[in-house]
Amino acid sequence: MIEGLNKIFESRIRLGIMSVLMVNDWVDFNTLKELLKVTDGNLASHISALEKNEFITIRKEFVGKKPKTSYAASKLGKQAFKKHLAALEKLLKGNM
Amino acid sequence: MEDAKKHLESLSEIKELMERSTKFISLSGLSGVVAGVMALAGASLAYMRLQLYYGNTSMDVLRNSSGRIAGMNNLAKELFLIAVAVLVVSLLAGILLTLREAKKKGQNIWGKNSMLLLGNLLIPLITGGIFCLIMIYHGWFILLAPLTLIFYGLALISASKYTFVDVKYLGIGEIILGLVSAIYLGQGLLFWAMGFGVLHIVYGTLMHFKYNRN
Repeated sequence: MIEGLNKIFESRIRLGIMSVLMVNDWVDFNTLKELLKVTDGNLASHISALEKNEFITIRKEFVGKKPKTSYAASKLGKQAFKKHLAALEKLLKGNM
Repeated sequence: MEDAKKHLESLSEIKELMERSTKFISLSGLSGVVAGVMALAGASLAYMRLQLYYGNTSMDVLRNSSGRIAGMNNLAKELFLIAVAVLVVSLLAGILLTLREAKKKGQNIWGKNSMLLLGNLLIPLITGGIFCLIMIYHGWFILLAPLTLIFYGLALISASKYTFVDVKYLGIGEIILGLVSAIYLGQGLLFWAMGFGVLHIVYGTLMHFKYNRN
């Protein structure tokens, strides 16, 4: 295992979710789905994986009568993402 | 080597997602070119009409001796129609081309970012528009060119946070032109043609080749 690279971010979708959450405060499920072009079930399973690692925080609210779930990156998640990104960049530099 | 390619792909994907989730990136460069061409056509038409009526290209001829608006005479009506035609065609082309671009990029045209973009564009733009109408009410046509260019530039800069950074440079260009035109009062038509015509065409062409091709 290369140092700094996080196994959790090996999945493109999980990496994508974190990318979006790094630059937005709160993003709801449907917006994420649209941005990442994935199915409901697929997105939900990756979200729960990130949640288990406490990389994201979840907020549930009601808009009218519809429930809306939004997500934000946690401090831990942001740190892990930054580390992963730095490792990616380092690897690329070494390879060039 | 395989790994390097994969990592590079991940990085560019991250960058793309960050951009797509915070900015409205479906603005069409071609619509800038259309707006520019329309503005140039409109300005030339207005120039010819003014030449024909007065042999003069200063907007100040719309004032009569008492300094008030000389009614909605034929010339004023014609110039007004030209302006409206330029605006309508430019807006329509802009909307259609942006819809097409959004479809191509898979971006929602009524998303959060397009709304922020629109709001930040419209607030300075409508302020400027009302201010210009008040200037017309007072008969101070001479200030219209600098004011429209400056307010349009400010609107672009305020909107640029939510789209390509290039929009900011277009805004700065419009503001500089507007300020210069305030020095050379009476040459409004020329500055309008440069600001709304030439700048739009240059910007639109650059944008098209930078972001919209493929």
